[in-house]
Amino acid sequence: MRIVCPHCGERGLQEFLYHGDATVTRPRDGGAEPTPEWTDYVYFRENPNGTHVELWYHNAGCHAWLVVTRNLRNHLITAVETAHDVALGRSS
Amino acid sequence: MRLSHGGTIDRSKPINFTFDGQSYQGYAGDTLASALLANGVKLVGRSFKYHRPRGILSAGSEEPNALVELRMGARREPNTRATMVELYDGLVAHSQNRFPSLRHDLLSINSKLSPFFAAGFYYKTFMWPASFWEKLYEPLIRKAAGLGRNAGLADADTYETGHLFCDVLVIGAGEAGVKAAYEAAISGARVILCDEQAPSDAVDMPSVKYLPRTTVFGVYDGGTYGAVERVADHLAVPAAHQPRQRYWRIVAKRSVLATGAIERPLVFTNNDLPGVMLAGAVETYITRYAVAPGGRAVLFINHDGAVSALAAMGHSVMAVAAVVDARAESSPVIREIAAAFSIPVFSGAVIQRARGRLAVESVEVLTRDGGVVRFDCDVVAMSGGWNPALHLTSHLDDKPVWNDAIAAFVPDGLPPGMTAVGAAAGEAINLNIVPLWSVPGADAKAFVDFQNDVTAADIRLAKQEGFIAVEHLKRYTTLGMATDQGKTANVNGLALMAMATGKTVPQTGTTRFRPPYTPVALGALAGPHRGKSFKPTRLTPTHEWAKSLGAVFVETGLWLRAQYFPKMGEDWLAATNREVLAVRQRVGICDVTTLGKIDIQGPDAAKFLECVYTNSWTNLAVGRARYGVMLREDGFVMDDGTTARISEQHYVMTTTTANAGKVFQHLEFCHQWLWPEMDVRLISITDQWAQIALAGPHARDVLQKIVDKTFDVSNAAFGYMAAGEVTICGGTPARLFRLSFSGELAYEIAVPARFGGALAAALMKAGEEFGIVPYGTEALGVMRIEKGHPAGNELNGQTSAHDLGFGKLLSKKKDFIGRAMAARPALMDQARPNLVGLKPVNEADRLRGGAHLLAHDAQPVAANDQGHVTSAAYSPTFGHSIGLALLKQGAARHGEIIRVYDPIRNGDFLAEVVNPVFYDAQGSRLHA
Repeated sequence: MRIVCPHCGERGLQEFLYHGDATVTRPRDGGAEPTPEWTDYVYFRENPNGTHVELWYHNAGCHAWLVVTRNLRNHLITAVETAHDVALGRSS
Repeated sequence: MRLSHGGTIDRSKPINFTFDGQSYQGYAGDTLASALLANGVKLVGRSFKYHRPRGILSAGSEEPNALVELRMGARREPNTRATMVELYDGLVAHSQNRFPSLRHDLLSINSKLSPFFAAGFYYKTFMWPASFWEKLYEPLIRKAAGLGRNAGLADADTYETGHLFCDVLVIGAGEAGVKAAYEAAISGARVILCDEQAPSDAVDMPSVKYLPRTTVFGVYDGGTYGAVERVADHLAVPAAHQPRQRYWRIVAKRSVLATGAIERPLVFTNNDLPGVMLAGAVETYITRYAVAPGGRAVLFINHDGAVSALAAMGHSVMAVAAVVDARAESSPVIREIAAAFSIPVFSGAVIQRARGRLAVESVEVLTRDGGVVRFDCDVVAMSGGWNPALHLTSHLDDKPVWNDAIAAFVPDGLPPGMTAVGAAAGEAINLNIVPLWSVPGADAKAFVDFQNDVTAADIRLAKQEGFIAVEHLKRYTTLGMATDQGKTANVNGLALMAMATGKTVPQTGTTRFRPPYTPVALGALAGPHRGKSFKPTRLTPTHEWAKSLGAVFVETGLWLRAQYFPKMGEDWLAATNREVLAVRQRVGICDVTTLGKIDIQGPDAAKFLECVYTNSWTNLAVGRARYGVMLREDGFVMDDGTTARISEQHYVMTTTTANAGKVFQHLEFCHQWLWPEMDVRLISITDQWAQIALAGPHARDVLQKIVDKTFDVSNAAFGYMAAGEVTICGGTPARLFRLSFSGELAYEIAVPARFGGALAAALMKAGEEFGIVPYGTEALGVMRIEKGHPAGNELNGQTSAHDLGFGKLLSKKKDFIGRAMAARPALMDQARPNLVGLKPVNEADRLRGGAHLLAHDAQPVAANDQGHVTSAAYSPTFGHSIGLALLKQGAARHGEIIRVYDPIRNGDFLAEVVNPVFYDAQGSRLHA
C-alpha cells in the first residue's frame, strides 16, 4: 500500500503505523465518570464494508498524524489530510 | 540427445556437472533439465506420495516433477526445479525422496499400496488411537512422503532488498512483453521489464531497465509489485560482496502482464512416466537447447497449438510415430504438417495408457473405431491446451472468467493499472480446441497433480464423499497445494470435478491464486535483516568508555547498555553486589541516556502536560522537576518519568527506555489530533543528549568538582528535584537534575551527546578520591527494587495507578488522558492485585519473578492464585533476596506471611508481605 503524505509525498506502507478509526471523537470535557460515551470512544469501532476514515502516523517520516480515507474492500485510498488540520476544522 | 546444430546454447563452452554423483557435460545456455535430457537422463525424481519414477514434464517454472537438491552443505537447496536451474561449471545436484537410489526406490511399494494412499487417506487412517499420531504416524509419514531435505545449516549467502519506481512494469519478456516494453519506452515512459528466464538477446532496449532472472511473484496495493531477482543463482558461488538474490519492491503506475500461458497435461493412465512431456516443452528443448528429449515420439493433442511442436520434432532427428488427435476431425494445419513428415494422424483417438518401467516405452492408442494400436516410443508429447498465466491478476481479489471458445480461464477484472496482453490475455491460444479432461478409463494411475500425486480417481472419490465445492476438493485431495501450486493441475482438476458433478467449469468455480507465484526464499524477503542486523543496534554515548572498562553489555530494546563492570575474577552477581554497595556507601555513575527525552516548548506547554499526565503541572516552578504518571485512555498506566521545567515555556520530559518511541508518538497524537489548538511543540532529544546518573553519599562532592564555580549546587541552592542549566568542566553546557532512581543523594547530568564519554571519564577522575565506581543496569535494577520503584515488569499494561500505589497522583481537578476510564469501579477495586514488597521468611530462600502467591495455608491450585512476583533480586544491602509483587489486596496485607509457589523451578516457601519501599522509606537520603 502507498500513502501520499501531505508533507513527504507518496511513501510505502512500511513508513507508517496504523492507529484506527478517526470518526470517534474524545468526549470534550467529558468529566471524571466512565460514562457509556467514554466506553464508546475507547472500545467500540465500526468495521464498515467500504469507506473507512482512519488515523495513521508517519513514524519513519515527518511524525505527522494523518487522516486517511481508505476503502476496506480494496485498500484504495481516496484522501489523505493532516490530522492537525482536520482537528482544527473540527474544533472551529 | 544433443542436436548437431541450432539452439541458443554455446557449444564452445562445455560445462561439467554431476547428478546423483555421476558426471555429465552440458553447454553454457543449458538448464539442468536440458543438460540431463541431452545426456539421456530421463529419470530425475520420485513422486511425493507413491515414489513413482518421474522425469521432466516442462521447460519452465511450472515444473512439478523434476525437483532436485541443488548444491552441497550450507548452500544445499531442496525442491529446486531443474527446468529453472541454469547450468554452471561444477554444479552438483541430487535427486530427492528416494531410498536407497533413484532407480531402486524401496518406498515405491507405496505405489502398489496406492488404494490405501488415495485422497483422504491420512484423515481416515491415522485417526486412531489419537496418541499414536505424534509419536508414530507423523514421523513415519514424514519419512516416507516429502520432498527434499533442508540444508540444516545457516544460509551461507547474503541477500539485498530495494525499491524500484517506474511508469510501466512489463512482466514477461516474450514476444508480447518485449513489444509492450518497446512501445512504452519510445513514448518516453520509464520502463522496467522483468523476466524469470536467463537474459535474452531478443531484449535490446537501452532505455528499458531489463531485469532477467527476475520473477514478479506478487501484486500488492497501490501499484506495488514484489519481485525476486536471482542475481547469482546461475553461478556456483556468488562473487565477493554479491548477494545471491535481491528482493525488489517495484512501484509502477501501470503494468503489463505478458506472462504467456502454461500448457495442460492430458490425463491418461501412467501419464507421469518419464518421457511423457508437455508438447511445448519438447519444442523448447529442441529449438532453444538443441536437445531431442528422445528418439521416437507420439504427439497427443486436442487443439491446433501443438503444430509448432510437431514441426520442430519433424525437423529434428526425432521420429514421430503418430499424431493422436482426440478431436473427431483434425484441423487441416495439423494434417498438412504431419503429411509433410509422413506422420500418420489418428483423429478421434486417445492415448489410453502409457507403458514402461522407469520411462515410457510404448503407448496404447484407442482409435476412433474402438481398436487399440500400440506404438513404441520414448517420448509422449502431450498438449491438452494452454492456460493463460494469469495468477498475478487475482492477487488483489479479482477472479478470472471461463472462456468457452478456448476452454480456458482468462483475466476478467484486473488489478488497478494492469493490462494483460498476448497469451496471458488468452489471445491466439487453443485454436479449434475440443476439451478433453481425461481419457475414458483414466484410473488411479492417471495423474492430474503430478507433484502431490492426485489422480483422476482421487477427484472422483472426493466427489463421491461429498467434497464437491472447489475449496473442499482442493483440501481433501491436496490438488494444487504443492510447491508448484497446481500450475499444470488446477484447471484439469476443476474440469474433472465439473464432469463428475454434471456441472460446467464456470459453475464449479476456480480457486484463487495467491502470492507468491513461485516459491520465494525467506532469506530474500529478510534481505540483510538477520542475525545482529535484524534490528539496528543503538550505542550509548559512553559505550566506548564502558567497553574500555571491561563492561559486559546487555540488549535493552535496540540499545546496548553496560550491564555490570566485572573486576578480575568476579561473576555478574559479585560485580553487581559490589557496585550496589559502592553506590550505597560511596558514589557511582551509570549511563541513563537511553531514557526517552522529549523537549516540550510553547505557551501551552504546561497546559499540555496537564492533559497527558495524571498529576498537576501548572504549579511546577521553573528550575524544578516532578515525577509524573501517564495513563492510556482506557485508564491503565502507560508510562512514568520525570519532567523538568527549564524555563517559563520550556520543559524536558523523560520516559522509560522501553516506551520512549511510544510516548513520543502518543504526545504527537494528543497534540495533533486531540488538542490541536494548543500552542506547543515537541521534539525527541534522546539521541542529542547524553545523560549520566551520579549517585551516592559523595555525589555532591564529585559534582562540585566538575560543575563550574559560578553555579551553586549546594543542598540549599539546588535541593531535591531541582533542575537547571549549568556549565561543567570549564564551559561545556549541561543540564543538571537532582533526581534519584537509586534512593541515594543523586544527580543526573546531561551534556550534548558528543561529550558523553568525556563526561563519564571526568566524573570517574573527579570521584577517584571518593572511591567512585561505574555501575550497570543490574545494580540499577537492584537499587530500584530496594526503593520499590515500578518499572517495566510492573508497568505491564495491565496495572492501574491504584495497583501501583499512584492513586494519589490522579488529579481530581482537571481532565487528563485516561481519567474517566480509570474511575471504573473494577480498576479502583482494592481487591485487585497491587504492589507489595516480599521478603522470604527464611533468608536463604530465593524469590524469582513469575512465582505465584497463595495464602500460606492454601492448596496450590489456580483458583487460589492471589498474584505473582514481578521483580526480584538479591539485595546486598539487606543480605537476602527481595521482590516486588502484585498481590490481591496487597496494600492492606503488610506483615502477612504468604506462600510463594514456583513449581517449575522447585520454589515453595513462605515470605512476608512488606512495604514495597525496602530502603530508606522516609527518603531522608534523597534530601541529604
